[in-house]
Amino acid sequence: MSWVLNDGVIELALHRSPCNEIGLLALEELERFSGALDALARDAHALIVHSTLRSGFCAGADLRELYFRSQEMEKARAVEGVRDFLERIHRVLNNIDAAPLTTIAAVHGVTFGGGFELALVCDLIIADKMARFCFPELRLGLIPGFGGIPRLKRDLGNGVVRDLVLTGRSLNATKAQAVGLVSQVVGEGEALRLAQATAAQLGKFDRRAAIAAKKFIKPIPYHELTQEIDLFCQLFTEPSVEKGLRKFVESTDAQPYLP
Amino acid sequence: MRNLICPESERLYQSSKSEDMPTQEQTLEEILNLAAKHFKVGRDKLTPDDDFFKTLGIDSLQALDLLTRLENHFHVELPDYELQGVSDFRTLAGRIQARL
Repeated sequence: MSWVLNDGVIELALHRSPCNEIGLLALEELERFSGALDALARDAHALIVHSTLRSGFCAGADLRELYFRSQEMEKARAVEGVRDFLERIHRVLNNIDAAPLTTIAAVHGVTFGGGFELALVCDLIIADKMARFCFPELRLGLIPGFGGIPRLKRDLGNGVVRDLVLTGRSLNATKAQAVGLVSQVVGEGEALRLAQATAAQLGKFDRRAAIAAKKFIKPIPYHELTQEIDLFCQLFTEPSVEKGLRKFVESTDAQPYLP
Repeated sequence: MRNLICPESERLYQSSKSEDMPTQEQTLEEILNLAAKHFKVGRDKLTPDDDFFKTLGIDSLQALDLLTRLENHFHVELPDYELQGVSDFRTLAGRIQARL
């Protein structure tokens, strides 16, 4: 993960193979970025989050790490570890969500689980036509844990939220735009360029007005986010989760995200 | 329960369907062409009953890529679970045809 600030635009680039899975190392990097964000924001009006990897934007939580770390400890300690991880990632994502900047996720390819949740934190999602969005957590006996449901509920109708979470099916960019999730769909490889053009346009607006508008339009559902952590941790104690994680880790199936 | 459709509506429905819709064989041919082009495999190397995971040598990320290309090409939605267990081009064409 790396970031640059040019002409008032911060670009946060994700580049952890194979598909920017979020484990402890990625979390630490995100925390470093979050810690630097206040200072960066003084000289910026926009933030673009994108991936430099061909495979996609982000495949979500590092389930292999979660499985193997959970195996190394007692159940109660594993749940404590999961809660600690979730509280830390929520702090980072809430900070980006509330940043006094207009934030844009420029996504392509796999935008699954925690990767989808990272995109949902941003004010705008610009998607390459090959982007694919999915919340497959139910296959593990879990719910999305990085703020997905509260932020989906903030942005979309409840029917779409139920479709995404309860079926676990993936949506392409065109469908995601049709339901109101994505603001613009572009050709392959064009998402970052359009995000940069959009960010340049945003620089022409009065910052105080833009910040006030964002705060007014986009409240952060703190209470539901806390409830989400509690529910996730409660579900994590169920034996079906370990079974689901093991199946995923050992799977050689072409659609390992399906139960 | 039996569906009741008046003969004239049925005739109009069938005629509009046959005019606009490609046949399943045409759909299959388009899939084979698309797969050959995108995965850089000779079209003559692909047959309808091939296991496309093996023939194209694709992994789970490329399977998603193929799914998205098919949706974009045919302007349909293909829920992932509709394709679970589908591995040959002919069955894939049938799934797409059902959504045209």
